[in-house]
Amino acid sequence: MSLIEIAGLRKSFGSTEVLRGIDLSVASGEVVAIIGRSGSGKSTLLRCINGLESPDAGAITVAGEALGTGEARLRALRLKVGMIFQQFNLFPHKTAGQNVMLARQVVRGHPRAEAEALARRMLNRVGLGAKFDAYPAQLSGGQQQRVAIARALAMEPLALLCDEVTSALDPELVGEVLGVVRELAAEGMTLIMVTHEMAFAREVCDRVVFMHEGRVHEVGPPAEIFAEPRTPELRAFVARGH
Amino acid sequence: MTYSFDFGWLASYWPVFAAGVAMTLQLIFIGGLLGIALGIACAWARSLGPRWLGTPVAVYVELIRNTPFLIQLFFIFFGLPALGLRLGEVQAATLAMVINLGAYAAEIIRAGIEATPKGQFEAGASLAMSRIQTFRHVVLVPALERIWPALASQVVIVMLGSAVVSQIAVEDLTFAANFAQSRSFRAFEAYAVSTVIYLGLAIALRAALMRLGGLIFPAPETAR
Amino acid sequence: MTQFTFVDILTNLLWASRWTLLLSLAAFAGGGLLALGLLFAAIGRARWPGRLVRLYVEIFQGTPLLMQLFLAFFGLGLLGIDVSPWLAACAALILWSAAFLVEIWRGCVMAIGRGQWEASAALGMGYAAQMRHVVLPQALRLAVPPTVGFSVQVVKGTALTSIIGFLELTKAGTVLSNASFQPFTVFGLVALIYFALCFPLSVGARRLERKLNVAH
Repeated sequence: MSLIEIAGLRKSFGSTEVLRGIDLSVASGEVVAIIGRSGSGKSTLLRCINGLESPDAGAITVAGEALGTGEARLRALRLKVGMIFQQFNLFPHKTAGQNVMLARQVVRGHPRAEAEALARRMLNRVGLGAKFDAYPAQLSGGQQQRVAIARALAMEPLALLCDEVTSALDPELVGEVLGVVRELAAEGMTLIMVTHEMAFAREVCDRVVFMHEGRVHEVGPPAEIFAEPRTPELRAFVARGH
Repeated sequence: MTYSFDFGWLASYWPVFAAGVAMTLQLIFIGGLLGIALGIACAWARSLGPRWLGTPVAVYVELIRNTPFLIQLFFIFFGLPALGLRLGEVQAATLAMVINLGAYAAEIIRAGIEATPKGQFEAGASLAMSRIQTFRHVVLVPALERIWPALASQVVIVMLGSAVVSQIAVEDLTFAANFAQSRSFRAFEAYAVSTVIYLGLAIALRAALMRLGGLIFPAPETAR
Repeated sequence: MTQFTFVDILTNLLWASRWTLLLSLAAFAGGGLLALGLLFAAIGRARWPGRLVRLYVEIFQGTPLLMQLFLAFFGLGLLGIDVSPWLAACAALILWSAAFLVEIWRGCVMAIGRGQWEASAALGMGYAAQMRHVVLPQALRLAVPPTVGFSVQVVKGTALTSIIGFLELTKAGTVLSNASFQPFTVFGLVALIYFALCFPLSVGARRLERKLNVAH
C-alpha cells in the first residue's frame, strides 16, 4: 500500500493554474525526485502535500488519512510529513539544539531532558553534535540546512519533503547536505525531493517524476528517464544539461 | 530685579523627592510591563488575529494615539465613576499608562511581526505547531528584537508623560516638585531640580531597557 | 446654579478649541523655524554645533514637556518678563517641537546615501552646492510624512498648557466638568474633539509615507 496518495490535485494562484490534475502515489521507503523547469509546479505540489498550500480540488492521503482543512487536521498531517526548505528557515533566536528540541517540547509536550537527549541524537546523526549550542548565524549554510534536517527528523515523520534543499547553498557546501540526504535514503526514509541536482537524483532515487506545465509529464526509474526520455519536453529538459 | 538662585533649601525636601521618584518608577515599572503585554496582544490581534478582533483593536489604537494622555487620564479618573468604575489615583494613573503604552506598543510590535519572513511561519507550521504556538515560540522574540530600541524609546516617552499624573494627586516626582515650590515659593529651583532628575531617570531607564534587551535576545548577529 | 445642556457643553468646548488650534499652529511654525536654524548648524562642516544640537535634543526629549512648561512659566518671570500663560506655553512648545523636528530632519539628511554625495562631488560640487542641489531636495521629500506625523504630537502636547493655566480645550474641559458635574460627557467630548483634530493628520502622514515608499 502506498504511503502518500495524490489524486486529481489542482491548484491555482489567481488566474494561473499551477497544478492541473496531479496523480501520484509514493510507497513507504521510496525515494522520489521531482524535476522540471521552474514554474512547472514542483514546489507547489510539495507544499500541498504538507498543507502549506490548500488545494482547489483533488485528494491527498497520507498513511490512509485524507488531508482535510482546519488547523487540527493539518497539524495531524504535519506530524507525519516533515519538510525541509530551500532557505533552511531555522529560528534565529534559538540555538541549533533548541531548534531541534522546540517542536518536541511544544507540540508533543515532551519534558526538556527527553527532548534534549533526542536533539543531541539527531544532531549527531547529521554530523553536528558539536554545534548544539551554536546559533544559526554562527553556522555555515550547509550546517544550517543539516540542522533543519535534524529538526524535521526529531518529529519522527513517516516521510520527508525536501524543497530544493541545496539551491541556496554555495557549491562547496552542497555535498555535505546531499550526503545527509543520501544516508536518510539508505536508512529507508521515504523522501520526496524537488531538486536540480540531476546526478544526485540519478544515483539515489527510485523514481523520477518530470513535471511540465502543472502535470506529471513522465514518470520512471532514473535510468529510463535520463537515458531514454519519451517526450520531447523531457528530452529538451535533459538535453539542457540540468 | 536681580534674582539669586538658591538650591540649598531643597535639601530638606529630599525625602519628598525620593518618595516621588519611587512613585514614578513604580508607575513605569507596572505600566511598562502591563503596557507591553497589552501591546503584544493587540499587535497579534491586528496582524495575525481574526478580523472581528482586529477591527476593535484598531479603533482602540487610533483613539489612544490621537488623543492626549492627560485627557485619557481625566476620562479614567473623573469620567469612569459615572459608569460605576471608581479607581484610586494610583490605580487610575497605572491604568491610563497601560492603556496608553499598549496602543503605541501595539503599532511598534506589529511592525516587528510583519517584518517576519514567511519562511518562519511555514517552518513552525511544518513542525505541526499551531498558529498560536508558532507566534509564541517562533515569531514573537525575533519580532521584539527587531523593534526593541523603538519600544524602549516609547517606554521612556510614557515615563516622561507620566509627569501629568500629579494632576489627579498621585504623589509622583512632579507632585514632589509642586509640593516643594508651594512651601518655599521658589518654583524655578524646584522644577529645575525635578527636571534634572527626570533627565537622569530617562537616561537610566533607556540604558536599563537596552541592557534587558541584551539579556532577552542572546542570538549573536555575527556570521561564523 | 446653572444647568448645562449637552449643546452648551459642546459649544463651549468647540469655542475653546480655537486656542488649541492657534497654539498648535504657533508652536509648529515657531518650532519649525527654530529647527531649521538648528538643522543648518547641525549639518554644517564644523563638528561642535552638531554636538550642541544633539545635547539640546537630548535635554528636550529626555525631560517631561510639563517640566519645560513650568520652567518657561517661572523662568521667564525671573528674567523680569511679565509672563502670560500664552507666552510661556508658546515658548516651551516651540523649544520642545524644535527638538523633535530637528532630530527628524537630521535623520532625513543622513538617510541620503553616500552615493549621492560621491556622485555630486565627482561633478565638482562643493559642500554647500551638494547640500543645496542634491541632498536637501531629496531629504525634503523624505521629511514630509514624519513631519506631518509629528504635528499630531504638537496638538496633543498643547493639552499640557492647561496645567499652567492656559485656557484651551483641556482647561475648558476641566472647568466645564467641575461646573456641570458631567465629567464623563465633558471629557468624552474633549477626547473626541482632539481625535477630530489629530486623526486626519495621522491618516495624512500615513498616506504620504505609503506614497513615498511606493515611489522608492
